Amino acid sequence: MHTTRRRGLAAAAATTAVLALTACGSSDPEAAGEPETPSEPVPLTMTVWTADEVQLALFQSIADAYVAENPDLVSEVTFEAIPFDDYTTSLTTRLAGGNAPDLAWILESYAPEFVQSGALVDVGPVLEGTEGYAYDDLLDSSLALWQQDGGLFAYPFSNSPFAMFVNTDQVEAAGQDSPADLVADGEWTYDAARDVAAAAAEESGKQGLVVRDFDYKVWENLSTVWDGWGAAPWSEDGATCTFTDPAMVDAMTWIHDATFDDGAMPGPGTTADFFAGDAAMTITQISRASALDDSFAWDVVPLPAGPQGRQNVIGQAGIGVFAQGENPDVAADFLAWFTNPEHAEQLAQYFPPPRESLLTADLLGAANPLLSDEQLQAVVVDGIQDAVTKPAHPSFAKLQDTVRAGLDPLWTAGADVEAVLADVCTSIDPILAGS
Amino acid sequence: MTSGPVAVRPRVRSSRTRGSAAERDRLVGYAMVAPQVLGTIAFVVVPLVTVAWYSLHEWNVLAGTFTFSGTANYERMLADPGLRDALAASLWFSIGLVVLNVSLALLLAVLLDQRLPGTTTFRTFFFSPVVVSLVAWTIVWGFLLQDDGGINGFLAALGVDGPNWLRSGPTAMLAVIVVQVFKNVGLNMILFLAALQSVPEEVQEAARIDGAGAWRRFRSITLPLISPTVLLVSILTVVGSLEVFAQIDVLTGGGPGNSTTVLVYYLYQQAFRFNEFGYASAISVLLFVIVLALTLIQWRTRKRWVHDEV
Repeated sequence: MHTTRRRGLAAAAATTAVLALTACGSSDPEAAGEPETPSEPVPLTMTVWTADEVQLALFQSIADAYVAENPDLVSEVTFEAIPFDDYTTSLTTRLAGGNAPDLAWILESYAPEFVQSGALVDVGPVLEGTEGYAYDDLLDSSLALWQQDGGLFAYPFSNSPFAMFVNTDQVEAAGQDSPADLVADGEWTYDAARDVAAAAAEESGKQGLVVRDFDYKVWENLSTVWDGWGAAPWSEDGATCTFTDPAMVDAMTWIHDATFDDGAMPGPGTTADFFAGDAAMTITQISRASALDDSFAWDVVPLPAGPQGRQNVIGQAGIGVFAQGENPDVAADFLAWFTNPEHAEQLAQYFPPPRESLLTADLLGAANPLLSDEQLQAVVVDGIQDAVTKPAHPSFAKLQDTVRAGLDPLWTAGADVEAVLADVCTSIDPILAGS
Repeated sequence: MTSGPVAVRPRVRSSRTRGSAAERDRLVGYAMVAPQVLGTIAFVVVPLVTVAWYSLHEWNVLAGTFTFSGTANYERMLADPGLRDALAASLWFSIGLVVLNVSLALLLAVLLDQRLPGTTTFRTFFFSPVVVSLVAWTIVWGFLLQDDGGINGFLAALGVDGPNWLRSGPTAMLAVIVVQVFKNVGLNMILFLAALQSVPEEVQEAARIDGAGAWRRFRSITLPLISPTVLLVSILTVVGSLEVFAQIDVLTGGGPGNSTTVLVYYLYQQAFRFNEFGYASAISVLLFVIVLALTLIQWRTRKRWVHDEV
């Protein structure tokens, strides 16, 4: 009996000790400074979600050059690939375990959460102060999401525009105008895209227009469509639900009807991979062009215009330095090296950089041999200018799940769009109010 | 004169010997149980205490803050409609799973407890899903259950317009239950089979001579004699049903709406998606209490329905 009690106490004491070790840190954001040379070179780790060996080899070669240049500072840099689907969850679990990486890729939707939490250090001063970094070359619109109180809490290394990929074989077979012609004639609207998609789907027996990765779960990908209506899920300050605004109701009604009345978009529970030839059109990031082969004729055009005109949308990813990491100053210095103009140009072949001087069709063309200069100019170079990102919020994870659950009733044929959207607002109001 | 000390010495020696032998026995005993005890402390007691401790804190993983909040997480549970929905979903899942799984396992066991050609093949057939990877099994079912998947294709061939299984609340829950039943029914079937084969033939024989029919023999002889196994299977199935996670994550992601967000999935969302580790710890304490209570209830009430305790 006594022994049991003593053991219980020992366990409790051990637990407390573990907690004392893991629970630390503060929420005040801090700025990275000039790295002090450590007593011995330190290893750095960066978590990434790409498993592409060519990309990882490029990162490693840039990192190895940094190690060679700074042998007293860094012993090695490791790039740790985490699968995309579980990326943010795995990252926060590592943080919970007191095992933060030094640097990490961060998804745009979670940017405000990471930026505001104080988990990241302000890398602005280090980047700005690094010789030859050309900080002014960075596009303000690209940095906006990652800034707070004048500080920059991650570097947006990837700015990949959303575009419409078209299976021109299927469109032609249905006797429809090619989207490229519609673009040239200034008639490339969502209504036109819907009609082309519906006709192509009817002809081929396959699917029409697929918003890639939406799959009735990742609803934020629909923003590529509703941005054409000038709609947004919440107000800019993130405090008010705007799902019930007329623009959003119209946009969602359009999506609902295109799916259930016109047969232009696949319904829930239907899988259709454009790149396998299952659909006539898809909205996705330009970086997916590498998945195309010669199995069908294709084209890529800018996103269609909605009633409010055309809105460029990009998917962003940032690289942040964790305050919890052991050597944030060294990590920030490495970030400045990794993203300087010379390396940004090398990375540009996979990740359109936020640097104005590097956004030229010539430069990007070398890395995207599948795309013509005209396509690159229209979709990538012009597509990044004044682009908006997908919805983001400090409580994004909660909002993602709550809105996903709230929108489920919308995905049936007879759904009352306005009523469903009103319910969505009711369920997310408390979350928005807490932000 | 000398006999006294001589007489005493062996007594002392013998008592010492006994003492050191007992000491040795004790040490050997401790050494024997040490791995088990240490393992239990490290992997059961410490995590349990740790989770209970976490549940009294507000823990923001991103900011790295960990502050004592007393019973705030437990008070939040009382007012959380999401948790109530998750408990209701867990209840439906558990009822559906236990009823379907136990009755189907028993039925299969009775059918396969025959000396007929082919029974071994059928036993292997029904048991094989148990050894298949849970996630692989669920992913395959995910494809079958899609609107344009195999099951609706089969139904269409019969002229039936199948529902969109994973997209409406009741069918999604049913689908998750059935996928889980088929996955594990083989294990319960084997347990029942072993129990059925231990029912003495002569008792059945005597009942048969007394004119008892098949159903009467099953109800009055077989069932009471295998009741300890029924208890074991019920406990395992109930506990297992409360811990379901992978199937929900792969098949429905908790949807449509929140209809399949069971307690463990809700806990996972709170901890690993919303970074509310303190609140999630409080929910896991609740889950522990529920599982413990259900197991105790089943154990305590066993005397009323377990007739042949071994």
